[in-house]
Amino acid sequence: MAKETKGWNEFDAGAILFSFNKETTVSNLATTLPENRAYSQSNSYTASVADWRVEKPVFNRDFCIDCQFCWIYCPDMSIVSRNEKMVGVDYDHCKGCGICVDVCPTNPKSLLMFEEKKSENEALANWPKKESKKDKEAN
Amino acid sequence: MADKMELKEVEVWDGNLASAHSLRQAQVDVVAAYPITPSTPIVENYAGFLANGYVDGEYVMVESEHAAMSGCIGASAAGGRVATATSSQGYALMVETLYQASGMRLPIVLHVVNRALAAPLNVNGDHSDMYLGRDSGWIQLDSFRPQEAYDLGLMAFKIGEDHDIRLPVMVHQDGFLSSHTAQNIRPLQDDVAYNFVGEYKPYNAMLNFEKPATYGVQTEENWHFEHKARQHFDLMTKVMPKIKSVFAEFENLTGRKYKIVEDYYMEDADIAVIAMGTTVETAKLSARIARKSGLKIGVIGIRVLRPFPFDEVAEILKNVKAIGTLDRSSPNGTVGMLYNEIAGAMLGIGKAPIMRNYIYGLGGRDITVEMLKNIYNELNEDAIAGKRLGAVQKFINVRGPELTFLGK
Repeated sequence: MAKETKGWNEFDAGAILFSFNKETTVSNLATTLPENRAYSQSNSYTASVADWRVEKPVFNRDFCIDCQFCWIYCPDMSIVSRNEKMVGVDYDHCKGCGICVDVCPTNPKSLLMFEEKKSENEALANWPKKESKKDKEAN
Repeated sequence: MADKMELKEVEVWDGNLASAHSLRQAQVDVVAAYPITPSTPIVENYAGFLANGYVDGEYVMVESEHAAMSGCIGASAAGGRVATATSSQGYALMVETLYQASGMRLPIVLHVVNRALAAPLNVNGDHSDMYLGRDSGWIQLDSFRPQEAYDLGLMAFKIGEDHDIRLPVMVHQDGFLSSHTAQNIRPLQDDVAYNFVGEYKPYNAMLNFEKPATYGVQTEENWHFEHKARQHFDLMTKVMPKIKSVFAEFENLTGRKYKIVEDYYMEDADIAVIAMGTTVETAKLSARIARKSGLKIGVIGIRVLRPFPFDEVAEILKNVKAIGTLDRSSPNGTVGMLYNEIAGAMLGIGKAPIMRNYIYGLGGRDITVEMLKNIYNELNEDAIAGKRLGAVQKFINVRGPELTFLGK
């Protein structure tokens, strides 16, 4: 947020917001990672919406095949992937919609929803086993 | 490069064609338009110029006027010179986006060919649509004949696109009476016109990939007021000086003089009428005739409706005894807009002249020299008596018993 004392005469005309700090230009946006861009305070990158979540997705590296489905389907760019390798979840921006879990194709899934308060270690310790063909049919 | 057109010193154009040529000569980048009578030929002619290679630009055919202005907003935010045209019902459908355009400070030029609003449906000229948008934060310029629609059409870009202004501009002309009336027009040659308007200089362009901008933000009770205050401040303090300097530059170039408030025979006038659009021309003619029989009548034409020229109007009217405001829009439960604004302007300088409000010409109903002479006589009798001898508001040339309101 801009400082609350700003008056009507201190705004750019048109309520225009800029993603980057005023003095900064990003000459090669495509090759600069988000964490290295000089985002301004008016860009949502600098705002946390973590408290919107009731459940969170937890990532389990052991079963991931780096198919990138979660990265593609995430509606808020909250799946962090580098060099086509899944890295984890951006918990400042993830709103807990669960789409990443839904599209994960592995068995067991590499992303699962857990209660927000549950720690990552606890979640990983309680990861379900691989489902057999027989179990799947029974379900 | 677009081809140039060889124009004669005097062309015979109607108001629509004149407007279309102003868009062509300004080399508008994007026109997003939906046709509606009587403004259709403006965008139709522009599309023809584009198809025949006389403009480097894009013509976007859309599904409604709401979409037309939305397309203009997107293109203007992206960083291009943008214009369109509309009338009446289409204008009404555009209203939501008019506020978006002005709030985002996008210098779009909109040619409004004034037409009545339904119901009952009517394609002819009155000022209902022009009045509908008067709080929308746009600059509104009014032309009284086709030549002015062309001239103001060029000047509109120069006024709105200035980086200190950055506001959208409407150029109004009366449906059919101006838009479809062919007159002698003295156009500028293409190069001269383009040099006058100047190359478009983008400002906070959305398509600047090195400095991306977000348009259309949301602000609640914490910031909304400040942005509206800024816009009003710019309209109240920066626009009039800019318009004056553009009018002066245009006069230097063409010899054609424009004023914020046009006044005729006002030097020694005891009584005055205020009008807009083509009626100003009729009122001028009527005044010339009435003056032969000794009436000291003057005529004021409002050239700039928004921002409203309070100071200029009050200065011209400060010694006048009786004023008649001519409003060509159904007031629907109050006095006409011009009555309100002029009364406010006079009260602001501590003057209380006799004031009457005439409602006329709705849906294209004619107003004649004879009717205006009757109005002048009525005002003259008021001035001699030193008081208003009839009701404040009167409907002119409506069938049935005389229709007056507010006093008798």
